[in-house]
Amino acid sequence: MSDVLEIDNLSAGYGAGQVLFGIDLRIAAGEAATLLGRNGMGKTTTVRCIAGLLRPTGGTIRFAGEAVGQRGADWIGRAGLGLVPEGRRIFPNLTVRENLVAFAANRRAVAGPWTLERVLDLFPPLANRLGNLGSQLSGGEQQMLAIGRALLTNPVLLVLDEATEGLAPLLREAIWCALHALRATGLAILIIDKHIDRLTGIADRHTILDRGRVAWTGGSAELAADRALWERYLGV
Amino acid sequence: MTDASITDNPPPVQARRDIAPLLLVPALVIVSLPLVGSPASWLTLTVAGLAMGLMIFVMASGLTLTFGLMDVLNFGHGAFIAVGAFVAASVMLAMGPWMASDSLWLNLAAVAPAVLAAMALSGALGWGFERVIVKPVYGQHLKQILVTMGGLIVAEQLLKVVWGPDQITLTRPPALRGAFIIGDVAIEKYRVLAVAVGLVVFVAMQLVLSRTRIGLLVRAGVENSEMVEALGYRIRRVFVGVFVVGSALAGLGGALWALYQETVTAAIGAQVMVLIFIVIIIGGLGSVGGCFVGALLVGLVANYVGFLAPKVALGSNILLMALILLWRPQGLYPVAKR
Repeated sequence: MSDVLEIDNLSAGYGAGQVLFGIDLRIAAGEAATLLGRNGMGKTTTVRCIAGLLRPTGGTIRFAGEAVGQRGADWIGRAGLGLVPEGRRIFPNLTVRENLVAFAANRRAVAGPWTLERVLDLFPPLANRLGNLGSQLSGGEQQMLAIGRALLTNPVLLVLDEATEGLAPLLREAIWCALHALRATGLAILIIDKHIDRLTGIADRHTILDRGRVAWTGGSAELAADRALWERYLGV
Repeated sequence: MTDASITDNPPPVQARRDIAPLLLVPALVIVSLPLVGSPASWLTLTVAGLAMGLMIFVMASGLTLTFGLMDVLNFGHGAFIAVGAFVAASVMLAMGPWMASDSLWLNLAAVAPAVLAAMALSGALGWGFERVIVKPVYGQHLKQILVTMGGLIVAEQLLKVVWGPDQITLTRPPALRGAFIIGDVAIEKYRVLAVAVGLVVFVAMQLVLSRTRIGLLVRAGVENSEMVEALGYRIRRVFVGVFVVGSALAGLGGALWALYQETVTAAIGAQVMVLIFIVIIIGGLGSVGGCFVGALLVGLVANYVGFLAPKVALGSNILLMALILLWRPQGLYPVAKR
């Protein structure tokens, strides 16, 4: 199976402060992977580099078979990266419908593309909120909206930074259910979250970052079994 | 999949719109009636205020969007207003016989191409201005102020080179002169036209911004341009388009303003820029709806205060801005930024 995302020796930072020191990461088509680590270990910085929102200082990123190079975030978005960023970043003064339809596109002429109706089937609470402003949604609904917005771009890779952070348990459960459903469609997914027990049930491969370096990579069974790993790198 | 009843903090399903700022306009109009005293004078002042406000809105709407989209402080916006005024004046003067005719249609046949030419040239100048002057200073506010202010000064001098240093006197065509007399109330025809044009521009902008994809992208970009980029759209291309349209609207406003004042000078744009900045700050930087309400308030306050207390008229809009910012420090309709 070909890789959707290939990251080799990625370095990045903010100003003089280097955050990433030679990260390697692969995600194959249809694969679900996670990026784990304590706060400040470089997970969001990695996501920002993947999405083209932060220029790496070294290494290479290939997305959908093409080198990203100096291309901007808009190119990566068009190439098929569906970003659900930390903090959701929905558009607060656009209605839910506007948040969704503004970015609906099927640039790769995918068969059976995501439509507004499919998104509302996946997230029924949004159906009652279509006329509400983004700012009037609860945190969980905003996360559903952010995921729906990314899906309507018909991505080849969905990236969720802090997928369930700050959500009430029931809402968190709804997001996990949606991610299981998305996984079943064959969509490649990269998830960042702190609920390792749930992540091992969804993802095939896990990468742990520690102080900007890859500290461990392995499968769900290995991660679930190694509690020492959790304590050492994840603070669990 | 998920249950509709699942929610962590259920807000009302019915969308709530913030109408408090909008109510300021009718409140101001009603409060001013007993202060002015005479209903006839009050109605005349109100129409004059609305006309002035809507002309300022036409000129200011593009500037607020360009600031919202790319954080660009364009002090050179006045140049597009001035170019619009000069081009419209030149076209109208060249069509002298039609402008002087008693036929409404010939008058319109002279004014319409003048306005279109003003918009086209101001839009084209806007495109060049963005490429040459604004583009190199994205994200650098101090340089933006310096270089766009410099652009305005250079543009004013170039206008003097092309059109000469003297002011141009325009006479409105007969169809736009005089007033509608309703009882003992006189309402200038030109002010009614200015209100109509301003409302058409506002409604058209609202339709584009809410019913078209490009409009939604502009609104989304004003709130969070980085996220729009991440979702696959190049915000700078959107920005250039908005800049050109905003410049063309400034040209339209300049043409309207020139006919309103019946004189055109190279400083016509710079003179009105103070009011434009007050309007976009009152409205909330980046908000077209806020710009609309702010422009109406500025126009009405200028006319009411000019009538009631001419000595304080000059500072009345500064006072209005201070009061509104005390109430809402981010303006009437704050635009969320990342």
